[in-house]
Order: sequence, then structure tokens, then C-alpha cells
Amino acid sequence: MIEIKNITKIYNTGGSDLYALNNVSFKIEDGEFVAIMGPSGSGKSTLMHILGALDTPTSGKYFLDDKDVSTLTDDQLADIRKSKIGFVFQAFNLLPRATVLRNVMLPLIYEEVNRDERERRAKEALKAAGLDQQHFLHLSNQLSGGQIQRVAIARALVNNPSLILADEPTGNLDTQTGEIVLDTFQKLNAKEGKTIILITHEKDVAEHADRIIVIRDGKILSDEKNNKKRII
Amino acid sequence: MKIADVLEETYSALSANKVRSGLTILGIVIGISSVIAMLSIGFGAQSSIESSIQSIGSNLIMVMPGAQRGPGVTVSAGRGSAKTLTMEDADAIKELDLVKAVAPEVSGRYQIAAKGQNTNTQVIGTVSAYSSVKNIEVESGNFLSDQNIASASKVAVIGPTVRDDVFGTDADAIGQTIRIDKTDFKVIGMTKAKGGSGFNNTDNMVYVPITTAQRLLTGNKYVTTINVEAQDANSMTSVQESITSLLLTRHNISDATNADFSTLNQADIIATASSITGILTALLGSVAGISLIVGGIGIMNMMLTTVTERTKEIGLRKAIGAKAKDISIQFLIEAIALTVIGGLVGIVLGWAIAFGITYFGVMQTKVSWYSILLSFGVSAIIGIVFGYYPARRAAKLNPIQALRFE
Repeated sequence: MIEIKNITKIYNTGGSDLYALNNVSFKIEDGEFVAIMGPSGSGKSTLMHILGALDTPTSGKYFLDDKDVSTLTDDQLADIRKSKIGFVFQAFNLLPRATVLRNVMLPLIYEEVNRDERERRAKEALKAAGLDQQHFLHLSNQLSGGQIQRVAIARALVNNPSLILADEPTGNLDTQTGEIVLDTFQKLNAKEGKTIILITHEKDVAEHADRIIVIRDGKILSDEKNNKKRII
Repeated sequence: MKIADVLEETYSALSANKVRSGLTILGIVIGISSVIAMLSIGFGAQSSIESSIQSIGSNLIMVMPGAQRGPGVTVSAGRGSAKTLTMEDADAIKELDLVKAVAPEVSGRYQIAAKGQNTNTQVIGTVSAYSSVKNIEVESGNFLSDQNIASASKVAVIGPTVRDDVFGTDADAIGQTIRIDKTDFKVIGMTKAKGGSGFNNTDNMVYVPITTAQRLLTGNKYVTTINVEAQDANSMTSVQESITSLLLTRHNISDATNADFSTLNQADIIATASSITGILTALLGSVAGISLIVGGIGIMNMMLTTVTERTKEIGLRKAIGAKAKDISIQFLIEAIALTVIGGLVGIVLGWAIAFGITYFGVMQTKVSWYSILLSFGVSAIIGIVFGYYPARRAAKLNPIQALRFE
């Protein structure tokens, strides 16, 4: 379960304070599929960084599975990311000269999981992300965009996180491939019960989620259930 | 992060860019191998000079006329000009304790002629003990005998170079006649080739009985040098002291600083030569050491480039849970791996170069364990020192900014 209370993030730019987030609060239950939507500069990236334990807020509280994450040190944040959060990035960020399997196993080397277990879990995650077994030993630069993003999703799944954070996961993909990736998220949410937060600036993309939080100028504009959920 | 995983990550990172890793390693290989090769040349020169000094005789003390002027200078101090030492001095030294053999000599350069050929070389008048004191071996015929000395025979033993010069290469000189300064001498023996020995080339010498030399060549009763062989290395100093006090008494000199002779201990010559070759070795080693440092800077340069290039990867690793420590260890191990691989290849190559130099007869070399340990240790330290800064830079990257880096 995720709960943020009165989160404020202030960047000091050349003497004047910039409120990237201004007193933001919400709660996300386990198993929810939420889209956070907003134009660029709205504060959604800052929110993602805080939710992803990459950054800490200037003030306010962030509870992830009832643990206060808002005041941790860098190393403690790294531990949270390692065990509780899976990231899917717009730019995929796979290691270019490594195989699909090695890319997916990467988070587990920091958890000191042994080799056999690593491989087993990576294969499981790749299946859950919907990648064909024939690609497991390919290098990531031999795959198509959609396949690459599935590898990235598998990498986010492999440590069995409480929360999957997808930051514009379809931003670098064409519409058709993007639909396939979003379908993957929907299936993970429906079948595996994963909590997913999708950050996007596109309404079409956001409408794949069950709930849409719209953010603008560092404040929540609306937080509603999505009645027009798009299912592929 | 487990150590096996760190090593695997290191392997895949280094093999991802083989050319660059290879060139960086090459810098270390050149540094390490030149340190080993240069030091081996230095140590080789040292041991060959030492053995060449040993080859002029073992446990040797030389007594020469002229004032003591400190080691090094005494070799030529008043040589041949001051006339203070006599055969009687040599005979008295022979009676001292711990003295094994005594060989006085008179020497000078003379014109040697035979069959129209001639050469100018060192002629040494001496006694039969000279061959054992100075390690002279005879190739054919005989060395001077006590009989030759007693009867002041006109016989000569020549070195191989003299034979080549006056009789021609490979000619049989035994029984032939040579003319030294208007007197004919019969050749009774030829010494074995020893090669140049630094101070004087024993291959280019003519040995005649000391009695004959005094009578016909120098025309006086003085000797130029008294070569004394001590019983063993430990007795050298005490023999040297007793020679000094004996000769001071015999020459009626009360103040040792006014001595009209000097003694030169072989150990002193070796010490002087060693200090010279030591400087040579240090010089060669430090030149090579500079290339090792340049190699280290090459590593730092490559690692800094790598850190910049892999900023996104570092960001990703941090996002998925790598701590600053994990990142810095990974980059540090990469740098150390480069130097250790370079170090191992460099040691093999340096050894091969040293072997080649000896094998092709350029000069003697000696690879010491000390230089191997030194260079390997230095290369590992260089890896740590020059890898530390890039590794820290990588570890300190902010994951958010690193992920955004283009």
C-alpha cells in the first residue's frame, strides 16, 4: 500500500523557490492500476522520483507498505528500490551488449541471489511479461522496440516488487506496439495482482488504467476512477 | 554484490570494448615490461662487472707505489713513476700470516715485433705465482716457471690478441721468437682468451720473467705492483692491514698518511663498481617507472571516459538498487583488472625481453624476483590509485540525473 501525505518538493532555482510539488496527498491500494497524468512541467516526474525512492520530498510523508520512506539515506533508499520497486523507463535502459536473460537478472545480483535462482526467476518474469523463450539469449539490440520494453518490464518484475513504476513506457514506441505494452501491464495487474503506476502525458495511454490522477502545476487537479477503461 | 558477480560484470564490461581495453592494457604492459627489462639490464651489468672483477683474481690485494688517494683514484696513482717497491718487499709480504701467494710485477708498454709484424702492448714481468693469483690459464705451452725466473730466461708467454697481431689468427706461436725492445724472446706459452675485463685486457699482454724485465726492459730493481692473494675473503682486511704496517716499517715511515705506497683491496673495487652500476640501475628503473605512470594515467583516462559513457547504465543500476559502494567497487575492480592483466603480460614480456637480450649476446641480464614483485605491486597500486577517482565519480552520480543523461 502506498500513502503520501502533504508531499511538497521545492527546487531552489537561482534564488527563487520553485514548487515542483505542492501539498500532494493520495493513497494507492495494493493491486491498483493508476495512471498519473499531466503535461511536462506539471510535477509528475518529481512525483515519480519520490514514489520510486529515487528522491526524498522537502516535506511531507511517504509510506510504502507502512514504512516511512521520506526521510531515508541514499543507501536505505537503494535498499527500498532493490526490494520494493520495479522501474520501466521510456528509454528502456537495457545493457546493450548483454543478453535478454542477463538484463533481467541484473537487479538480482544486487540482492545476492544465487545463479540458478536468478535464472529461474528471470525466465519466470520474462514469461509473465510475454516474451517468447526464443529471444532469451538474444542481445537486447537484436530485438524490436516492443520486445525491448517487455524485457524492461520483466526486469521490473524480477525482484517481485510491491510497486511497478512505468515512466512514459510507450513514449518511444509506435501506437500499435504501445498498445501491446499497455496490454502487458493490464494483464500483469489483472492476473498477477501487481500494483502499477503509469506516468504519462497522453490521455489515450492513461485511459488504460483503472484510476487517473491528473496533476498540474504541482497540485492534484483530479483523482477519479476511469470509467472509460480501454481494453485491448 | 557477490565477488563472483563483480568479476563477471567486470569481464563483460571490459570485453564489451576490446580494442580500448587492449590499448589501455598495452600501456601497462609496456610500463611493467620495461621496468623488468631495464632492471634486469642493470642487475646483469652489476653481476657481470662483479664477475669480471673477480676474474682478475680472487681475494686479491694490490700494493702499488705512490700515495694513497682514496678508492678509485689509486688505480692510476703514480703508477710506474714512483719507485718505492722492491722484490724484497714482495718477499717480506710472502712471509705474512694468511697470505696465500704473492706475485710482484713490473709493467710497461713496449713495441713487440716478429716476422715484420709489430704491435704495441703491455709487457708484464712477473713470477710463476702470477698465473694463480690473477687467474691466468694457459691455452698451449706453459706459463713462466720458477726456473725461468731464477735464470732470467728470455722467454715470453703471450695473450691470444698478441698472437693474432704478430703471427696471425690461429697460427702456432709456441717456439717462435718475438722481439721486445731490442731483445729476442722465445714464446713458451699462450694464455686462454678471457675477454676484456674492464680495467685491462689480459688477452693483449705479454708475460716475461720479472728478473729479465728488470734487467733488460726497465733497467732497475723496482716493481710496479705487488699482487697479494689472501687465504680467503674474510682475511682480506687483516692482510691489507698487516701489509701496510709491514711496509711502513720496512720503508721507515712512522706516519701512515705519508706512506709511499698504497694498497687496493679487491672488495673496494667491487664496492665502487657496484655503487656505479647501482646508480645505473636506478636510472634505468626510474625511466621505465615513468612509462609505468604514463600507463596508469592511461587507465585513469579510459575509466573516466567509461564512466561518462556509461552514465545511463550507472543510473539504471542505481535505480534497480545498486548502492554507491556497489558502483565504486565495480569500477575500481575494472581498473585493477586492467592493471593486473597488464602486469602479468608485462612480466612475461619483460622476462622475454631480458632473455632475448642475453640470448642474442647483447649483454648479460638478470631478472630478479624483487623486480617482478615490485612491478606487480606497483601495477596493482596504480590500478587502485588511478581507478579510485573515476570509481568515486561514478558512485557519486545522482540516479535521476544519470538516467536523464544523453
